[in-house]
Amino acid sequence: MHTTSILLVLVALCVVSFFTGRKRSQVVARRLGGIAALHSLPKHYGYMAAAWAALPALLILALWLGFESSVLYKLVTAELPQDIQEMPADELGLYYNQVQGFAMGAIDSEQLDQTQVQAAEHYKWLASSFSQVKAALVFLVAIIGALLAVRRVTPVLRARNHVERIIEWVLFGCSFLAVLTTLGIVLSILFESIRFFQFIPLADFLFGLHWSPQMAIRADQVGASGSFGFIPLLVGTLLISAVALAIAVPVGLMSAIYLSEYATRRFRAVAKPMLEILAGVPTVVYGFFAALTVAPFIRELGESLGLSVASESALAAGIVMGIMIIPFVLSLSDDIINAVPVSLREASLGMGATMNETIRKVVLPAALPGIVGGILLATSRAIGETMIVVMAAGLSAKLTINPFEAVTTITVQIVTLLVGDQEFDSPKTLAAFALGLVLFFVTLLLNVVALYVVRRYREQYE
Amino acid sequence: MSDHGKSKTTIAIQASLKKRYARERRFQWYGRIAVLIGFVFLLVLLGDIFIKGAPAFTQHYIKLDIDFDAELLGINQNATPSEIADADYAAIIKSSLRTMFPDVTSSKEKKQLYRLISLGAEYALRDMAIKDPKLIGTSHEVWLLAHAEAGRYLKGQVSADQPESERRVKDVQLAWLDTLRGEGRTESRFNSTFFLAGDSREPEMAGIRAGLKGSFYTMLVTFFLAFPVGVMAAIYLEEFAPRNRLSDLIEININNLAAIPSIVFGLLGLAVFINFFGLPRSAPLVGGLVMALMTLPTIVITSRAAIQAVSPSIREAAMGVGASKMQTVFHHVIPVAMPGILTGSIIGMAHALGETAPLLMIGMVAFIMDAPGGLTDPSTVLPVQIYLWADSPERGFTEKTSAAIMVLMGFLILMNALAIYLRRRFELK
Repeated sequence: MHTTSILLVLVALCVVSFFTGRKRSQVVARRLGGIAALHSLPKHYGYMAAAWAALPALLILALWLGFESSVLYKLVTAELPQDIQEMPADELGLYYNQVQGFAMGAIDSEQLDQTQVQAAEHYKWLASSFSQVKAALVFLVAIIGALLAVRRVTPVLRARNHVERIIEWVLFGCSFLAVLTTLGIVLSILFESIRFFQFIPLADFLFGLHWSPQMAIRADQVGASGSFGFIPLLVGTLLISAVALAIAVPVGLMSAIYLSEYATRRFRAVAKPMLEILAGVPTVVYGFFAALTVAPFIRELGESLGLSVASESALAAGIVMGIMIIPFVLSLSDDIINAVPVSLREASLGMGATMNETIRKVVLPAALPGIVGGILLATSRAIGETMIVVMAAGLSAKLTINPFEAVTTITVQIVTLLVGDQEFDSPKTLAAFALGLVLFFVTLLLNVVALYVVRRYREQYE
Repeated sequence: MSDHGKSKTTIAIQASLKKRYARERRFQWYGRIAVLIGFVFLLVLLGDIFIKGAPAFTQHYIKLDIDFDAELLGINQNATPSEIADADYAAIIKSSLRTMFPDVTSSKEKKQLYRLISLGAEYALRDMAIKDPKLIGTSHEVWLLAHAEAGRYLKGQVSADQPESERRVKDVQLAWLDTLRGEGRTESRFNSTFFLAGDSREPEMAGIRAGLKGSFYTMLVTFFLAFPVGVMAAIYLEEFAPRNRLSDLIEININNLAAIPSIVFGLLGLAVFINFFGLPRSAPLVGGLVMALMTLPTIVITSRAAIQAVSPSIREAAMGVGASKMQTVFHHVIPVAMPGILTGSIIGMAHALGETAPLLMIGMVAFIMDAPGGLTDPSTVLPVQIYLWADSPERGFTEKTSAAIMVLMGFLILMNALAIYLRRRFELK
C-alpha cells in the first residue's frame, strides 16, 4: 500500500477509535447514572483512544520509512553476484539505481544486463512485500493501541489529564525540533567535513593561499591538481562585506538617528515602512540588479575615470549587498536608540546642549554597545548572503583587497561546488561542506557575541 | 562680572553659538540625506526592474500567408492524426517566408529570414492542423509569434542606429521587418505565453507556469509543516516550558537558527533529506522541508510574541471558571493570539517564497519545462527560474527575468498586505 493511503486508513481508524472510546465511556457511565459519574467528558475518552491509535502507529511508520530504502538496498545488493558486489560504492549505487529504475518502469530493459533484470524482479518482490508488511504492521499497532485504550475506560480514569499530558509531550516534541535541526546541521556538515579533511590536511585548508578546486579527471592531466587554500575566499568574503557595511552602516545609522530624533511622527510613519520594503525584496532580485545594472554602471563609470574595473567587481556586489542590509541596520539601531532613557536626553538638553551634541555625546555613547551588536549581526548577514554574490561576484579566487577586481566568496564556492554533478567521495564536493562548516561557525560566533552584547546593553537600562 | 554684565564664559558661549547651530543644521541634513539615499536606492531598484520588465508583457506576432500544402508537409491529403502530428510544419513557414520575399536567394540570408519567426510557431501550426485536419491543402493568413530578437526590434528595444555588430538583428532582417510592419503584418498582443508556458530555451516561448506551480507546491509543504509545528513549539515555550536547562537550550537554539545563513539549511537538506533519507532531488517535497526548517524560527518567535501579548485577564478568567491549563490555552489564549500568529507566519512564508539559495543546493536548478504534477516531481520555483534566466546570455531573457521578478514581488506585496490587514483588523480588540 502507498504511504498516503496508509495515512488515510490510519485517520479513519482514529475516527473510529474516537467514537468507540466515547461510546464506551457513555456505556460505562450509564450504569452509574449518567455522565456526571465520569471523571472527564466522554469526548476526552474518545480523544484518548484516538491518540493511542495514532501515535504508536505513526512512530512505527516513521521508523519504517526512514530505514526502508537502505534495508532494500542491502537486501537487493546482497543477492548480486560477487564481482558486482565488489564494485566501488558509487558504481554499485549507479548499478542499483538502474535496477530500481527498471523495477519502477522508468527505464527499458535494453539498457540493462541479465543480472540487473533478475535483481529488479527481486527488488519488485521485496518492495511489494515490504509495503504489505508495513501496512499490516501499522494497522495492527493502531488497532491494538485503540483497544488497549478503550479497555481502560472506567469512570475513575482521568482521561482529560491523560490526553493533556500527551498533548504536552507533542508540544514539547515540536519545540525540540529546533534542537534536532541544529544537531542535524552540525552533524551533517561535520561528517562530510571530516571526510574532506581526510583528503586535505586541515592546515592546508585554513592557511592555504591558493584555491582552485578543479580536480584532475585523469591522472596525467596538467594543471588541475586541485588546491584548497581557504584564505582567498575569506579575504574575498570580508572585502565584499566591508564594502556592504561601508554603505549600510552610515546610511542605516544616520537614517535611524534622523527618524527617531528629528523626524515628525507622520514622516517617520511613512519613511520607516518604505525603507523596510528593501528588507522584503528577495535576494535573487538584488542579485539580478547587481549583475545587470550596477556592475555595468560601475565598470563604465570606472572606465570614464580611467580605472580598470572588472565586470564582476567586488564593489558592485558589495554596494548592492549594502542596500540590502540598510533596513536591517536601521531597525536594529532604531530599537536601540529608542531604548536610551529619555531622562539622559532631557538632562543633556537641559544643560543647554544642542540636539546634535546630545545625540553625539550622550545618546550614541549610551547606545554604542547595542549598535556594535547590531553591526555584528549585519556582518553575519553579509557573510552568509548568497544570491547577490553568486550572481554578481566572480568565480576565480584572487587574493586581493582591491574592490575593483573580481573576488569570490565562501558562499559562491559552496554553490558552484554543489550545483551540477556531485560525487560524494571527491574532495571537490566535500570541500563545500568544509566551507559550510566555517560559514556556520563564523556566523554562529558573530550572532552569539552580538546577542550577548545587545542583551547586556538592554539590561543596563531596564 | 564684566562691563557689559556678561561673564567671560557667556561671551565664549555666544561666540560659539553660531558654529554650534550650523553644526546642528548640518547634522540634520546628514540625516535627511541618509533617508533620501535609502529612498533613491529603493526607487532605482524598483524602477529598474519595472522599466526592464514591462515590455515582456506584450509580444509581437507576424501575419503570414500559410499554405498547408500536403506535399511540403510530407503527408498526403487523408493523413492519419499521428501523421498530421509528425508533419514538417517548419517547411510551410519557410516556404511562406520565401514567397513573401522572393529576392532572398543565398542560403545564409534564407537562414536569417527564417529567424524572424519563433521556433515555436511550427507547434502552433501543428496544433491548428490537429484541431482541424481540413486545413490541410488550404491556404490561410495566420498570426505567428515573432522570434525574440525580431520582437526586440519591433518593440523598439533595438534601434537601427546601433552598429550592426552590436545587435543580433542584422540589417537585412531590419529591412524585412520594416516591410512587414509597413504592410500591417505585425501586431503587438498581450503575452499570455509568459503565464501559460514552462521554461524554454527560446525567450519568446518561455513562461513562468512551471516555476509558479513549483513554488505553490513548495509553499504548501512549508506551510503545512512549519505553521502547526511552529505554533505548537511557541505554545510550549510560552505556556508550558518549565524553567530549566532544556528549555533554555531550546530557546537559544531557536534564536540561533533564525540567524543562520539560508545556504546552510540547503546543505542540511542535501546531506540529510537527499543523501540520508533518499528523498528525490529537485522535488518540491524536499524544498518544502528545507524551507519549513528555515521559517520555523521566525514563526516560533512571532507566535511567542503574539501569545505573550494576550492579556493575563483572559487566562485568569478561564482558570477561574475551572478550565484546565490546556483548555485555557487552546480555547481562550490561542484564538485571541491568532491574528498575531497569522501575521508572523505570513511574513515568514513571504520570506520563504523569495528564498533561492537553499533550493540550489537540493538540485532545483535543473532545466525543467513542464509544471510539476505532484510533490515528488522534479520542479523549479519562481526565484530559481529568475536566477536561471538572469544567468542566460540571451538578451531576450533580461525582460523575462524582470517580468518574473515583478510577478514574484506582486505575490510578496499581496502577502504582506494581507499580514498588515490582519494586524490592523484585529489589533483593536
